[in-house]
Amino acid sequence: MLVPTMSVTENILIGLDKPKLALNLKHYDEEVRHLAEQFGIRIDPSAKVWQLSVGEQQRVEILKILYRGARILVMDEPTAVLAPQEADELIATLKGMASQGKSIIFISHKLNEVQEVADRLTILRRGKATAEGIGLEGITRERLASLMVGREVIFNMHKVDREPGEVVLQLEQVSAVNNKNLPALKNVDLCLRAGEILGIAGVAGNGQSELVEVVTGLRECEGKIWLDGKDIANKPPQVSIGGGLAHIPEDRIGVGSAPNLSITKNVIMKNFESEPISHRWQVNYTEAGRHAAELKQKYDILAPSVETQARKLSGGNLQKLILARELSSAPHLIVAMQPTRGLDVGAIEAVQQLLLDQRETGCAILLVSEDLDELMALSDRIAVMYEGEVVGVVDGKEADLNTLGLMMTGSMRGPGSCPPEPAAAGSQEREG
Amino acid sequence: MRLQIVKRSEDPPKWLPIATSLGAVVLAFVISGGILAAVGADPLQIYRYFFRSAFGSWGAFSDVMVKATPLILIGLGCALAFRMKLWNIGAEGQFYIGAFFSSMVVMVPLVDVNTTPPIVTIGLMMLLGILGGALYGFIPGLLKAKFGINEIITTLMLNYVAVFWNNYWIFGRWSDAGFQMTPTFPRRVWLPRLADLAKQNPFFSGMTLHVGVIFGLIVAVVLWYIINKSRWGYKINLIGDNPKAARYAGIDIAKNIILVFMFSGALAGLAGMTEVSGVVHRLQERISTSYGFSGVIVAWLAKLDPFAVVLVSILFGALLVAGREIQPSGVSFLIQGTILFLVISSDVLMRYQIRLVNTKKASVEEAA
Repeated sequence: MLVPTMSVTENILIGLDKPKLALNLKHYDEEVRHLAEQFGIRIDPSAKVWQLSVGEQQRVEILKILYRGARILVMDEPTAVLAPQEADELIATLKGMASQGKSIIFISHKLNEVQEVADRLTILRRGKATAEGIGLEGITRERLASLMVGREVIFNMHKVDREPGEVVLQLEQVSAVNNKNLPALKNVDLCLRAGEILGIAGVAGNGQSELVEVVTGLRECEGKIWLDGKDIANKPPQVSIGGGLAHIPEDRIGVGSAPNLSITKNVIMKNFESEPISHRWQVNYTEAGRHAAELKQKYDILAPSVETQARKLSGGNLQKLILARELSSAPHLIVAMQPTRGLDVGAIEAVQQLLLDQRETGCAILLVSEDLDELMALSDRIAVMYEGEVVGVVDGKEADLNTLGLMMTGSMRGPGSCPPEPAAAGSQEREG
Repeated sequence: MRLQIVKRSEDPPKWLPIATSLGAVVLAFVISGGILAAVGADPLQIYRYFFRSAFGSWGAFSDVMVKATPLILIGLGCALAFRMKLWNIGAEGQFYIGAFFSSMVVMVPLVDVNTTPPIVTIGLMMLLGILGGALYGFIPGLLKAKFGINEIITTLMLNYVAVFWNNYWIFGRWSDAGFQMTPTFPRRVWLPRLADLAKQNPFFSGMTLHVGVIFGLIVAVVLWYIINKSRWGYKINLIGDNPKAARYAGIDIAKNIILVFMFSGALAGLAGMTEVSGVVHRLQERISTSYGFSGVIVAWLAKLDPFAVVLVSILFGALLVAGREIQPSGVSFLIQGTILFLVISSDVLMRYQIRLVNTKKASVEEAA
C-alpha cells in the first residue's frame, strides 16, 4: 500500500522510526537512490507516487521492503498489472536481487513466467504440494500444468477458421469518464461481428473497465453503441440483457454474484422473470432448483448442492456458475472481462473452451484480458487500449508480443478500428 | 480449562438462531433479576407479578395483544425494509401521518359519518392511513433513490416533522375544548372490539382487543409470501445481498427503494389508523408510546422473519402491559434493553463457536 500524495522517499520512510525530529528528505532521497542503483531499479525518489505508473509503483513497494533490510521477498502475482516489457524488467530486477543474496518467493500461475524466473519450484494443488523444491531442468510446460491440475491439459485450443457474420456490436465515438470524473474513454470506435472474438489488450486501468461498463449499460457515456442495430448507449442493463447481451464481469464476487444467496438464486438472476422459472408474480423455486441442478451438472460446478451459498464456491466454480448463467441465455454478444484471472490451469482451459464454443455457434465475443497469451490464442482481432483510446487493431494471427507491448505502453500506434465493411463506411476513421 | 472462540467453518445448524434468541431472552431476565436483587427487590416476586399482569387472565392477554398490534404492523414494515438494507427508522413518523390521514375522514370530514355505512367509513380510514404512511415513506425513498441521501438521517428527522404536524392540528384546528386532542370519534367508526360481543357473551366484557390484530396477522402471512415466494421478494433479497449484482442483473434499484419505503411506511400508517380507530378513538398527543422505535427493535430481534415478528411483538406487548403495573415502570425497559443487547451480541454465535479446551491436556500435547 502506498500513499499517492507522498513522494517515493516519504512512502519508503512511513512506519520507520528513523527520521526522528527533522525530516531531512534530501538525505533520504540520496539513500533511496543509492539503494535503487544497487539493485538496478529505475526510480526518481522525489517523484510523487500518484504520478508513477503501476509498474513504477511496484518498484517502490520492492524498494520499501529492501530499505527495511528484508532478506526474503514474497510476491503474489506481481506481473498481473504489468505490460510485457515492464514484466521483463521486473524479472530482471528480481534476478539481480537473487544474485545479491536475497531469497524470493514468486507466486504465479503463468507457467512461462515461472520457468523464466525461478531456480526451484513448488507446485500447490488444493492446498497440497504436488512437487516441492524441484529443479527446472527438463521440466516441460505440459508436465508443470499436469502437476497443477492433476491431469493432462491441452495447450492449443481447438479454434476453427470461420468467416465472421454480420455486425453485432458497433461503437461510434464513445467517450466516458471514470469514477473520479476524469476522461476514461476517448472517442472509441470498435466493431464486432457474429462469430468473432475481439480481444481488448491493454495495461490495467487504461479504460477497459469503463469500456465494458458503457457497453453493458452500467456507465453513462457519449456517442453511440449499436447492438444488433439498436442504440443501447445510456440505456439501463435490462435493455441490453433483453437484446441478448451476456456479461461476464471482472469482479465475480462484487458484481457477478450475490454471495449470501444460494446457487439456485444466483443462476436465476437474469431469467427469474421468465417462464417456467416464474409465473406472473411468483417465483417457482422448485423449477428454479431443477434449472440450477441442470446447469450445475452441465457446467461441472463443484458444490455440495444447489442450496450452497455462492460465497462458499472456489474462484473457478464461481466463474463456472456465472458462465452457466450467462451462456444458458443463448446470447448474441458476450462481454467477458478477465474471465480467467485467478483461476487454475484446468479452470482456465474450461472457460476458454466455453468461449470458443460460443464463437462456433455464431456469438460475438468482446474479450478483455490482461493475459496476452490468452488474447492471442482466442481472438480473431485484438484492439489495444492506451489511456482510453484504441491505439490500433491487429489481426489475431499476426499479433506478436512485442508489437502489442509497444502499443500497450503508448509507444506505437497500429492500423484503424474496423476492417472494411459497409456499416463502418459512415463512421470516422481514426488516424493511424 | 478455558474457553476458546473458533470461527465456524460450516453453516450453523438451523435450530441455532432460535435457540440463541430464546437463550438471550432467558438470560436477559436472569441479568435483570440480578440487577433488581442488587437494589434490594425480590426479582422472583416481580417476575411472578409481571407474568400475572400480562398473561394472568384473558383480559390481561387481550391488553397485551392490543399493545402488540401496532408493533406487529410496524415490525413487519421494518423487517421488509431492513431486508433490502434500507434503514427506515421513520416508522414513528409514518405512524403519526397514518393516524392523521385516517382522522381526516372524521374531522374534515370527508364523508358524513352519521349516514355512511361504518364499513365504508372505516375502509376509507384504513385506505387513507395506508396512503398517508406510504406517502411519508415515499419522501425518504425518493431522496435515497434519486440523490443517494442517507435514509437514517431523513427518516429520523421526518419523525419530528410528523409529530409537530399532528400537534398543529390537535392544538390549533381540531382541538376539543382547548385540550390537545380531537373530540372522541363517533362509535360508528370504531374498529370492532371483543368487548362489542359482551352482550351475547359476558366473557368478552372489557376486552379491548380490536380487529387490527387480524390485519397484523394477515400482513405477516402476506409478507412471508412476498419474501419467500414472489418475484418482488427475490428482487428485494438480491438487492439486499448485493446491490451491484442486482443492477448488473437488470433490476431497477431506485424503483425498488421507493416501493419498499412506501410499503414499509404503509404498514406503519395502517398501525396509526388501527391505534386511532381501535384504541384511543381520537387523534391526540402521544398516541404512540414509541411504537415506531420499538418496531425497529422488534424487526431486528425477529431476525427479519415475519412470523418471529409476531411472537416478539407479543413479548414486547407483555412487557409494556406489565410495565404499567409496576413502579418504577423502568423495569420493563431494563428488561427490553437487556434482551436487545443480548440478542444482538448472540449473533456472534452464528459465526463463531465456543469450545471448552482442557488446558492441561493441550499443554501436554504441545510438549509432546
